[in-house]
Amino acid sequence: MDWGQILSNSASFIIAPATIAYALAAVGLSVQFGYAGLLNMGIAGFMALGAYGYAISSITFGLPWYLCIVVAIAASVVYALILGIPTLRLRGDYLAIVTIAGAEVLRLLFLTSSFDQYTGSADGLTGYQGSFRDSNPFPRGSYGFGPWTMNENQAWVTVIGLVLLAIAVTIVFLLMRSPWGRVLKGIREDEDAVRALGKNVFAFKMQALVLGGIFGALGGVIYALPSSVNPGSYVTSLTFFVYTALLLGGAATIFGPVLGSVVFWVLQTFLGNVLPALAGIGILPVSSSQASTLRFILVGVALMLIVIFRPQGILGNKKELTFVK
Amino acid sequence: MSSDSTPVPAPAAPPVPHAPRPKSTGLHKGEAVPGVAKVDPIIIADGVRRTFGGLTAVDVDHVEIPRNAITALIGPNGAGKTTLFNLLTGFDKPDAGSWSFDGKSLSGVPAYKVARMGQVRTFQLTKALGLLTVLENMKLGAKGQSGEHFFQGLIPGIWRKQEKSIEAKAHDLLRKFKLDAKQADFAASLSGGQRKLLEMARALMSDPVLVMLDEPMAGVNPALTQSLLDHILDLKDEGMTVLFVEHDMHMVRHIADWVIVMAEGKVVAEGPPLEVMQNPAVIDAYLGAHQEIDLGEITGRYHAEEKN
Repeated sequence: MDWGQILSNSASFIIAPATIAYALAAVGLSVQFGYAGLLNMGIAGFMALGAYGYAISSITFGLPWYLCIVVAIAASVVYALILGIPTLRLRGDYLAIVTIAGAEVLRLLFLTSSFDQYTGSADGLTGYQGSFRDSNPFPRGSYGFGPWTMNENQAWVTVIGLVLLAIAVTIVFLLMRSPWGRVLKGIREDEDAVRALGKNVFAFKMQALVLGGIFGALGGVIYALPSSVNPGSYVTSLTFFVYTALLLGGAATIFGPVLGSVVFWVLQTFLGNVLPALAGIGILPVSSSQASTLRFILVGVALMLIVIFRPQGILGNKKELTFVK
Repeated sequence: MSSDSTPVPAPAAPPVPHAPRPKSTGLHKGEAVPGVAKVDPIIIADGVRRTFGGLTAVDVDHVEIPRNAITALIGPNGAGKTTLFNLLTGFDKPDAGSWSFDGKSLSGVPAYKVARMGQVRTFQLTKALGLLTVLENMKLGAKGQSGEHFFQGLIPGIWRKQEKSIEAKAHDLLRKFKLDAKQADFAASLSGGQRKLLEMARALMSDPVLVMLDEPMAGVNPALTQSLLDHILDLKDEGMTVLFVEHDMHMVRHIADWVIVMAEGKVVAEGPPLEVMQNPAVIDAYLGAHQEIDLGEITGRYHAEEKN
């Protein structure tokens, strides 16, 4: 068992594009679920829109990379409005049902061969990074050190990802200490009470859904930028993984989603390396491919344990726990 | 029927503390029958009807709420009092009817706009926002906050000054309601009675014209009841109109200037409290014949003669 390699692999995920992508999506989910109490069970749909929005506008329409990001954002805004207008007036559970269904509808639309020429159907899309890589200010070479060594393209994705994440976290930080954030938290507690105080609850919920959706789409863009877009990535379990990251860090915290994503990916990678290795030397009585699937079971168990024993997450306020309804 | 905002000149209250404050009289025109016209009504409802399936919860032909007075809405359980409250505040939509507040029609106006017009309400089941602090609860009640707009909220410079003045106002009200020691605590940590106080104080943050209280006394201990009563009387002195639903007849008699009795969705009687409570229809429908008799005598577990 090569512990050095396992630990290095795990550590590399502290700032990997996938981690940043999850963090962006989890920040979006913290706005929707953590602060506004909107049970969006379809964050994978927003991420898919971001990824496909970027890839299709690059391949089919040949737009430069920054306009592709704008298209991804616009697609998620339109999607949030379509989802929100009929459901935000209803009780919260309906939003969960509609978002989970909406994400599946999107995934199946991207998967169907009817739009093969745009979406690549089951093959997904590749080769949309041209404009992004052309804009790369890093000369060819190797950057970083130790586990965090990357080539110039990876470095550029990481930098753009970190910039977007910093912007997202800053926006959430500023909003949640403003009166706007106070109304949102009030809606999470009891929307009728907030309505009775003269606040347009529907508009606030819609703004939260759209803002979170934009961050989700940006997460999708960063998720797709290093390699390819594959419809199999945007399944419902992606939503649950982002939820795990969010709840791990703390749903109603600023940095919780970021920390949660880092912990999630480092642990994921660690288990994905350690379990097959353990199986290989005969400690686990399973085959090595079974062992790597075992980590997903452990993710599910972890999600349950968090919700039962530490619902406020790593960074959440202990005091709030006393009053969990 | 005018939207004239000058309140009815109530008999001047003597500025002596703890003296019983006189009730407003002369609120109505003509005989005090159900649906009687008021001298200066703030709410006028016409033909408001709400059915739930086969049940007609509210069917009010005509009712007017007098301005700058304290009006009690009483009636047996299921009489439609809370439903009427919900209809008047836009939380529920009637099947038919029209109603106006301050001369402006409220038909089809959503609840948040009703609240912005100056008609705020509290709830029978108290809605304190548990995971917000008491002070945050209060600040949420203020109207017209620029920081509540998405983009303006991003820039603290825009709303900080207003936030300071809102906070000062919240402190004043909290002091008045004796909640100032609790301001940094989560509202979830308050007792039931304190939540009632908080909800009322929060409603006052918006400088309302009409305050609608749904069972303000339910679950409040006797000592707190007295201070709540004083707060409600203060509201009238400050020029507000109060409409409340209550089952505590002592309270109704003590502070209401006008009483509206509902039964089976209809207004069955209205008038000044003492007269209404003598009305045989009201006694039959709601108060019961034994309202002045000790409960022990009715149940036969206690006899007045046994008492020395």
